[in-house]
Amino acid sequence: MVDVLPYYKTALWLTIKLASIGIVFAIIVGMICSVIQYFKVKVITNIVQIYLEIARNTPLLIQLFFLYYGLPKVGIKFSEELCGIIGLTFLGGSYMAEVFRAGMEAVTKSQIEAGRAIGLSNVQLMRYVIIPQAFSYSVPGFGANCIFLIKETSIFSGIAILELTNTTKNLMGIFYKTNEALFMLVIGYLIILLPLTLFLTWLERRVRHAEFGN
Amino acid sequence: MLNSGISVLLEGNNLERLLNGLFVTLYVAFIAAIISIVLGFIIGIIRTSKNKLIQIPFRIYLELFRIIPILVWLFVIYYILPANFGLNLSSEVVALLVFSLWGIAEMSDIVRGAIISLPKHQMESSKALGLSTIQMYGYVLIPQALKRSIPPTINLITRMVKTTALLTMIGVIEVIKVGQQIIEVNNRSYPIVSFWIYGFIFFLYFCICFPLSRFSRKLEKKWAI
Repeated sequence: MVDVLPYYKTALWLTIKLASIGIVFAIIVGMICSVIQYFKVKVITNIVQIYLEIARNTPLLIQLFFLYYGLPKVGIKFSEELCGIIGLTFLGGSYMAEVFRAGMEAVTKSQIEAGRAIGLSNVQLMRYVIIPQAFSYSVPGFGANCIFLIKETSIFSGIAILELTNTTKNLMGIFYKTNEALFMLVIGYLIILLPLTLFLTWLERRVRHAEFGN
Repeated sequence: MLNSGISVLLEGNNLERLLNGLFVTLYVAFIAAIISIVLGFIIGIIRTSKNKLIQIPFRIYLELFRIIPILVWLFVIYYILPANFGLNLSSEVVALLVFSLWGIAEMSDIVRGAIISLPKHQMESSKALGLSTIQMYGYVLIPQALKRSIPPTINLITRMVKTTALLTMIGVIEVIKVGQQIIEVNNRSYPIVSFWIYGFIFFLYFCICFPLSRFSRKLEKKWAI
């Protein structure tokens, strides 16, 4: 039992690593998409819209299969981990965009008008008025999405990344200790997600300060 | 070269098999959705109770399904039930069980949220009118909460349909598994076939989920919740 712990440790780190890289990129993609949609840039908005619909309405597993098994056949090849990160970013970006868009829309119109009245440019308006408030509005949504994306990493086991779920499956195959292995798997996810959930609840309360009028 | 792969889709009964696989997927999602809507509704109403003894166990149940990935739940139930309790369930039943448990948890939260988000004066004025608790729920709270909970319920069903993709991992012969079988047969003659098959499954999922999520967004806007 103790012998296999290092495997879990490696797997746990890999899960955290892939998830955090994916989440960071997802937030970046999401913010870019939502800013584009906010200003309704011609043509690009439509492309973004199509991306959002596709990413939101298909399962991650099939996105990953397509990336990992489908695309190499037409000459585009990634490593497993890169596939995982791309898949997570592709899926997460759309969810983050949705949350951030709602946050930006929650900024009242009077503030934007006031910003324009004191002569702020579009970029300044974004930088100093909309984004800080939108960010604080969307923290709960971001948090929920982070947890969602970390959970989605379990699907990476479908494309041979040795993260928690896949490691457990392998160990079950090697040692036939099904109960213990699955118990460790559940513990592994609890170790990552339980503190995160508590932290996000705390954070949610803290960022309320940034909201206008509170 | 590209054309030679796509023709596999139409060869023999491949298309029919894929659609049959899709039907298995939808069947599981549909049954689980019905079970979770019915039971989730009841549990959701129970969860609005202020009694801590009722609140806490259901809260733990919900959080367990929120924190632990569905794939892990599928593995846990799939491997643990037969080994420790001698229950040999088919993978479809396991899938149905996990999806229902998950759906009930999520659904109960949707219903609870909808009831709690109703303005407080609704509850107070119905009490002032002398309605009993059952009457208050039956005539005042539930009809209003029903409307509010329809869009998130449709979203939940969309999520369920998307999550059914995981069933392939516990050996349900659904659309992805069938796709893999077709790929294995044709991989030699048409190396490119995996691109087309996975692309087609991608497209199938999109065709199911897109109208659903559109519909729920439309309702959300129409009722301005």
